[in-house]
Amino acid sequence: MLSHEFMRNALLAGSFVALACGVCGWFVVLRGQVFAGDALSHVAFPGALAAAAAGIDQRVGLFVATVAVGAGIGLLGRGVLVARGGGAGGSTPADDTAIGIVFTFILGLGLFFLTLFSIGSAGGAGIQAAHTLFGSIFGLGAGEARLAAVIGFAIVVLVVLIGRPLMFATLAPDVAAARGVPTRLLGVGFLALVGVVAAEATQAVGALLLLGLLAAPAAAAHRLTGDPLAGIALAGLLAVLSMVVGLVLAYTVPWLPPSTAVIAVAIAIYGLSALRS
Amino acid sequence: MPPESVNPTLSWNVARDLGEVLEYHFMINALLAGSIVAVMAGLVGWVMVLRRQAFAGHTLSMMAFPGASGAALVGVPAAWGYFAFCGAGALAIGRFSGRGPGSPSEQGARIGAVQAAALALGFLFVSLYGGVLGDLESLLFGNILAISDGQVLALAAVALAVLAALCTLARPLLFASVDPEVASARGVRVSRLSGGFLLLLGAAVAATSQITGPLLVFALLVAPPAAAQLITARPAVSLVLTVLLGLLIVWLGMGIAYYSVYPAGFFISAIAFAVYLLARVSVALQGRRAGARAAEARTLEALA
Repeated sequence: MLSHEFMRNALLAGSFVALACGVCGWFVVLRGQVFAGDALSHVAFPGALAAAAAGIDQRVGLFVATVAVGAGIGLLGRGVLVARGGGAGGSTPADDTAIGIVFTFILGLGLFFLTLFSIGSAGGAGIQAAHTLFGSIFGLGAGEARLAAVIGFAIVVLVVLIGRPLMFATLAPDVAAARGVPTRLLGVGFLALVGVVAAEATQAVGALLLLGLLAAPAAAAHRLTGDPLAGIALAGLLAVLSMVVGLVLAYTVPWLPPSTAVIAVAIAIYGLSALRS
Repeated sequence: MPPESVNPTLSWNVARDLGEVLEYHFMINALLAGSIVAVMAGLVGWVMVLRRQAFAGHTLSMMAFPGASGAALVGVPAAWGYFAFCGAGALAIGRFSGRGPGSPSEQGARIGAVQAAALALGFLFVSLYGGVLGDLESLLFGNILAISDGQVLALAAVALAVLAALCTLARPLLFASVDPEVASARGVRVSRLSGGFLLLLGAAVAATSQITGPLLVFALLVAPPAAAQLITARPAVSLVLTVLLGLLIVWLGMGIAYYSVYPAGFFISAIAFAVYLLARVSVALQGRRAGARAAEARTLEALA
């Protein structure tokens, strides 16, 4: 199995993207921002299309769109987070309404660009390029896989670096703000980081995997342990485990698409954790 | 956007233009279907926004993907798949989010897990199906100009059933949404009601998906009620306003799309976004920064 280059690339990129998703996911679940993470995966495609329309590199559009929307959601939600005064959830569902409307508008823009390409002289070239941008995990080249691994690792390092103050700002925003922790900057910065994860995950392993790996392993880790350090490590570990087992399953079972297999393993792990506790 | 033979131009004579638009059967069907969906989505969405279940609503709209691909695999119309999977998704969300301990933040994770599982199933169906799955763009964004007479009737029937059920459940449902603990102490079956509402939401989402496509349902499901609830605190006024805003968004969007090469879905979502923004800006401008929150509290009070 490991003699195939595509498999080695998939395991390398997949593991690091999964690790980043799991670690970020632990905070995303703690802060109640799963919907925000989901919305970020949806804006990646319109972002890439817009970049193609403007004639710049699609990867730039993709990253700019997810990071900008992430920071925007962070800015919108910040006031509410402080107003609630504590509590585990960072975003109240009133934010969810705003998130839903904003990302629907951005998807509508995506439809606009899609039409722009299909009637323009460029023909389907832009759409074609956008489609190839959203690759399958078994179609990664060695360079892309290494880049995905580096980005994934960098995200994990960054999250660990801001982990302590972020945790403080999430669990006790008022106290943290009083102690001089820049809670609003942390919230915005964290969602921008999730935006980077979303951009990297959508183009390297597919948008579907992002949501599953963000939500399921982290939720399982929250169920299994209340200790933050152990929880973060466990979330990352479970995400990587889902990815590796899923990829091996997809390799062995010919009719099983890799993304389906990875999500199935992640959901099964979450189901088991729910049974146990 | 209209067929090739049609070459619409906007003149100053509004009545003549309107007559021209209504000469086309497909436009009449589109307007009828759009209006039905706007009313139903607005009213169901009003409760959804009140209950703060936007993420659940979005997850239900994603059920269109396994729905359509599953229907293609089995060989039945895509609409059947939409309704079947939206129903199943509603049951799954109701089952997994109503049970066990878990903070509100974990409930989001559970809904996310349900959505990921549905999308994974969709991928599986597509790969088992093997073929190309129809026209991806109209699958994702709907094709309002291809609505048949039968579809209009079916939409009307679904809308009637959903609204009748919503009216029947209205009082206990609002009670349970506003104050679940008191409602449950008074003997209201909160979790059963919540499951029932999710089913209604699923039906409304599946029907709306046929018009706007699953990706843009929020334009009709969330934007009009969210704007209406910002503007007024009185439930009755805000319900009427929701319906009016929904109809306005659909009619304007379709009207503009008729004279444009760009699809109706784009205009509908853009107008919906503009309506919501206007509502927010006007509320903020009135110097009622706390107005939204107070209005919400008054809505809750008036309902309870």
